[in-house]
Amino acid sequence: MVASNSELAYDSKIEGEVIVSRADAVINWIRSNSMWPMPMGLACCAIELMAVAASRFDIARFGAEVMRFSPKQADVMIVAGTVTYKMSSAVRRIYDQMLAPKWVIAMGACASTGGMYRSYAVLQGVDRILPVDVYVSGCPPRPEALLDALIKLQEKVKREPSASKLLSA
Amino acid sequence: MPKPDMPAEYAFPDSAAKSRRGELDTERMSISMGPSHPSTHGVLRLQMELDGEVVRKAEPVIGYLHRGDEKIAENMTYNQFVPYTDRLDYLAPLANNMAYAIAVERLAKLEVPPRCQAIRVITAEMARISAHLLGLGAFGIDVGAWTVFLYSFAEREKLYKLFEELTGARFTTSYTRIGGVARDVPEGWTSRVDAFCEQFLPRLEETLSLLTRSRIFVDRTAGIGVISKEDAIAYGLTGPNLRASGVPLDLRKDKPYSGYEQYDFDVPVGTKGDGYDRYLVRGEEMRQSARIIRQAVAKFPGGSWHAEDARRITKPSKDRVLTSMEELIQNFMIVTEGPQMPAGEVYFEAENPKGALGFYIVSKGGGVPWRLKIRAPSFCNLSILPKVCVGAMVADIVSILGSLDFVMGECDR
Amino acid sequence: MPAALDAVAAIKGAWAGVTDRASLDHPAVNVPASDLLGVLRALKEEHGFDMLADVTGVDWAAGAKPRFTVVYHVFSTAKHEYVRVAADCPDDAAPEMPSVVGLWPGANWHEREVFDMFGVRFAGHPDLRRILMWDGYPHFPLRKDFPLAGIDTELPDAEVVAETKTGAIAAPMMGGPFVAAEGGINMGDAEPSAKDESWSERRPKPDA
Repeated sequence: MVASNSELAYDSKIEGEVIVSRADAVINWIRSNSMWPMPMGLACCAIELMAVAASRFDIARFGAEVMRFSPKQADVMIVAGTVTYKMSSAVRRIYDQMLAPKWVIAMGACASTGGMYRSYAVLQGVDRILPVDVYVSGCPPRPEALLDALIKLQEKVKREPSASKLLSA
Repeated sequence: MPKPDMPAEYAFPDSAAKSRRGELDTERMSISMGPSHPSTHGVLRLQMELDGEVVRKAEPVIGYLHRGDEKIAENMTYNQFVPYTDRLDYLAPLANNMAYAIAVERLAKLEVPPRCQAIRVITAEMARISAHLLGLGAFGIDVGAWTVFLYSFAEREKLYKLFEELTGARFTTSYTRIGGVARDVPEGWTSRVDAFCEQFLPRLEETLSLLTRSRIFVDRTAGIGVISKEDAIAYGLTGPNLRASGVPLDLRKDKPYSGYEQYDFDVPVGTKGDGYDRYLVRGEEMRQSARIIRQAVAKFPGGSWHAEDARRITKPSKDRVLTSMEELIQNFMIVTEGPQMPAGEVYFEAENPKGALGFYIVSKGGGVPWRLKIRAPSFCNLSILPKVCVGAMVADIVSILGSLDFVMGECDR
Repeated sequence: MPAALDAVAAIKGAWAGVTDRASLDHPAVNVPASDLLGVLRALKEEHGFDMLADVTGVDWAAGAKPRFTVVYHVFSTAKHEYVRVAADCPDDAAPEMPSVVGLWPGANWHEREVFDMFGVRFAGHPDLRRILMWDGYPHFPLRKDFPLAGIDTELPDAEVVAETKTGAIAAPMMGGPFVAAEGGINMGDAEPSAKDESWSERRPKPDA
């Protein structure tokens, strides 16, 4: 379904070499196709994250192979692995340093809900400290599942009213 | 060889030279590297005090991945704990599974049949290749070789395909059970493993050739992070790190378990104990692992993949369970109460890719251990960091961490 | 394992307080805490057990006397044999043990971990502080009276706590792993669905 803020109209006979579109559509298209992840690779899911970035599953097809470890240069934080209470403050601080717009993917069972570690040291879900946009289940999730999550996030981004947010901010 | 002290006789005014001559006030800078850092291989935090570029003090802070595995083990039956062992050294889950299963079987003094031992050896050696490949790839990225990472991941994907065919999961396999393995090998799997080994050896040489004589790599690793023989033993280092320092200790040869004594393989031992030696030792170990796998596949015995007639420990075969009352009850008891172990204590160390993974189990009888201590090789390997980092330059720290090849999942448990 | 057995026999001969410990694999001895350093030094220097494989603690639960035992595993790189040395902490309320950092520098981290998990203090340790939990954590997790789910504590970073309004809470156990009672699993409670129901015929209904 083509929503109003994802339309791109192009009619070369009338406008010539010019694309006419809505600001939302263009902004969302640019943002969703170049999501730079900040890999918060903590445990085993980080290995599957590396496998997604490697040649067989190739996250570069989606514009997201640029794994930026600096939060100021990243768009989406992929929390891959178990977040312990000791680590939770570091994760939150890094999230705070990311610049808007920013999103979070909770990859794996441990990041979503604490996973199979129901113990005294594990944060039961990273959504206790961060607002999560997409949860991926699996222990670890297959790389295809992570790519599916990325696609879902891209669709979510495409539905956002970005222009009004920018103008009102 | 890098010179940690800047020369004082510079012709032009240089701040380092000035500080040596006492003209510039300097003080040490505290820097905290991690826990979220591309080169710390997981969540390790290194608090360093720098004097210019030279590290004067390095204090690792661990525990950022402490998940409470040992406490969880006190509340789970022996078979229920197997998935947690996967996630210790998560680069080689099958090797951890095997180490744990053998430790518990030592409690019951249970011998598994030869086919099961052969399966465990094959999977453990495949896991060793997988772990060393990833260590190599990560080490390569840290010192600037991105291609090595991609090549090693391509080989690892082939291994993942084989693991998935055997166990159902790409890498956290949970494959062993107390007294055996979860299921038998599928038809044709062993010949596929052999085919993998055959095509792997030339690819391995190609990948290693990118680094072994590369001037940049050698300069970044030779002479860096030297660990002497005495230090290695004093700090409890095991595995490739210990062997690179010149101690020829390999538990597969010196205290063989699971049928390793029938296979012919060499143990690479280094001489200098620097990062380059550790890299070479790991490369050679991969070649030897492929050799072991091919021998195991050639000799692959028939028979059962789990211990038969181990009452109250291994489950009877499914067709008996579904037709005979006694077997049904036995199956039920083992699943709900756990494999019944006698009271006593055991300690077993297996030669894992990162070092000697030890399990110390205290049992008071029953299906749940009283205390399970996991002796993690990475915990001991990291304890030498405060000593080995002093005097190195900041850029060398990355190289040292990569060459030690540790995993935080295991270190923190 | 001849070398280990010889070493154990020699140790028992040299120290009167050393007794045999029941073990299913390696030779093991019980050593009084006061003789521990001497025994370990003899094992290391006279009998060739040059590597300290592991140091760990065991909590025998609140009623037992002694409550805490520290267990050392030493390994000989030449003879490839292990010896287990177990020392009971003399005081149950404030358990203490001499530190072996002087013999093996690698024991530093192992002893910090035993302190972190059990609260056993090591006399002579250069830097005894927590290693796996954060520095201000008030409990000792591997003690038998500490629940697996944990006890509600404050997180170490005050700014993050203020921002996220969360703390270290007790993990929800409902439908979760089988939590073993003393001596094993209660089969009646062993099914996950049994834990999920908050009431049953035998347990009263919750209010509202």
